[in-house]
Amino acid sequence: MVQFTLPKNSKIRTGKTWPKPTGATNVRAFKIYRWNPEDGENPRIDTYHLDMDKCGPMVLDALIKIKNEVDPTLTFRRSCREGICGSCAMNIGGINTLACIYGLDEVKGDVKIYPLPHMPVVKDLIPDLNLFYAQHASIMPWLETKTNRPEKEWKQSIEDRKKLDGLYECVMCASCSTACPSYWWNSDRYLGPAALLHAYRWIIDSRDEATPERLDALEDPFKLYRCHTIMNCTKTCPKGLNPAKSIAEIKKMLLNRHV
Amino acid sequence: MHYQTDRKRAVGKGSAHSGAEHHWFMIVSSVALACMIPTWIYIFGNALGSGYEASLATMSRPFPAILTALVLIVGMLHFNKGGRVMIEDYTQGTTRKLLIMAYTGFSYVMIACGLFALVKIAL
Repeated sequence: MVQFTLPKNSKIRTGKTWPKPTGATNVRAFKIYRWNPEDGENPRIDTYHLDMDKCGPMVLDALIKIKNEVDPTLTFRRSCREGICGSCAMNIGGINTLACIYGLDEVKGDVKIYPLPHMPVVKDLIPDLNLFYAQHASIMPWLETKTNRPEKEWKQSIEDRKKLDGLYECVMCASCSTACPSYWWNSDRYLGPAALLHAYRWIIDSRDEATPERLDALEDPFKLYRCHTIMNCTKTCPKGLNPAKSIAEIKKMLLNRHV
Repeated sequence: MHYQTDRKRAVGKGSAHSGAEHHWFMIVSSVALACMIPTWIYIFGNALGSGYEASLATMSRPFPAILTALVLIVGMLHFNKGGRVMIEDYTQGTTRKLLIMAYTGFSYVMIACGLFALVKIAL
């Protein structure tokens, strides 16, 4: 449900300002959301300063440098550092994106880093993505077949394979879903752009035989039709995909069953 | 509630198997209103500036009267279904149900009042 104010224990206060590196001339400030469930305190914004002459070009480089050299308690997810795993999704300068492929030169002024919006926070920059993954699982993200022929591999034409381009590349970073106001207000019932993009990826796969069941499962005022084509998902996707188009295609397919 | 698995929360009560008709209705009524509203504004605007008797005469003619009725009915049904989506977006539970009831009632009352006034003028 929509909330216009933060609960009392979620209000953000000013945190610690860490000292600037000595002798550095090219210094940049990083304002980072911090919250530890174990200390019972409200979230805070800590300010760190880094010597940019000794820092890599990406936001993730800066975060790793802060963790290694300034504050080892700073907590965030990361793995591949090249935009494939989707682990380091966070809100940087107001944009949901992957820290590993977002350049520091793309942010003007201080670099403000928050966890993905409107998700429960586990700690610091780590959101709780359990429901998000469960929504993905609910759309049956696998090839569903009913016939047992051919017994060898199932072939796909070049044209049919091309239909999966722009869909299979999704890394499930949750940037799109957490940028969507409909998902903010109704994440308990609306599947969100990421799950729906994946749903379309399996619906459109020429080898899949469960299209009717998949469409049946999606035909719901909340699971699918909560999308109001706001298109924040498409704007924010760090992989340049278009979840809004996938959702529109599902709506078109459902309409073709009725009209 | 707190002990439900995430999968159970994600699946919820399953699909309502509805929504496509609502989506189609909104498309059709949008197209219809996009055609009807400019025509209605043109006719009503002319009548508005032509004095009481002339306005009555305009609204008594079949085309303006039927068009006004259609704008009223289609417009309020569109208003009703669109507003319902907004209520569903921003509210939950009993509040949601009560607001939908009130909003639907308001839309139908507006249609009834508008048609009554139109019939009174036109006939």
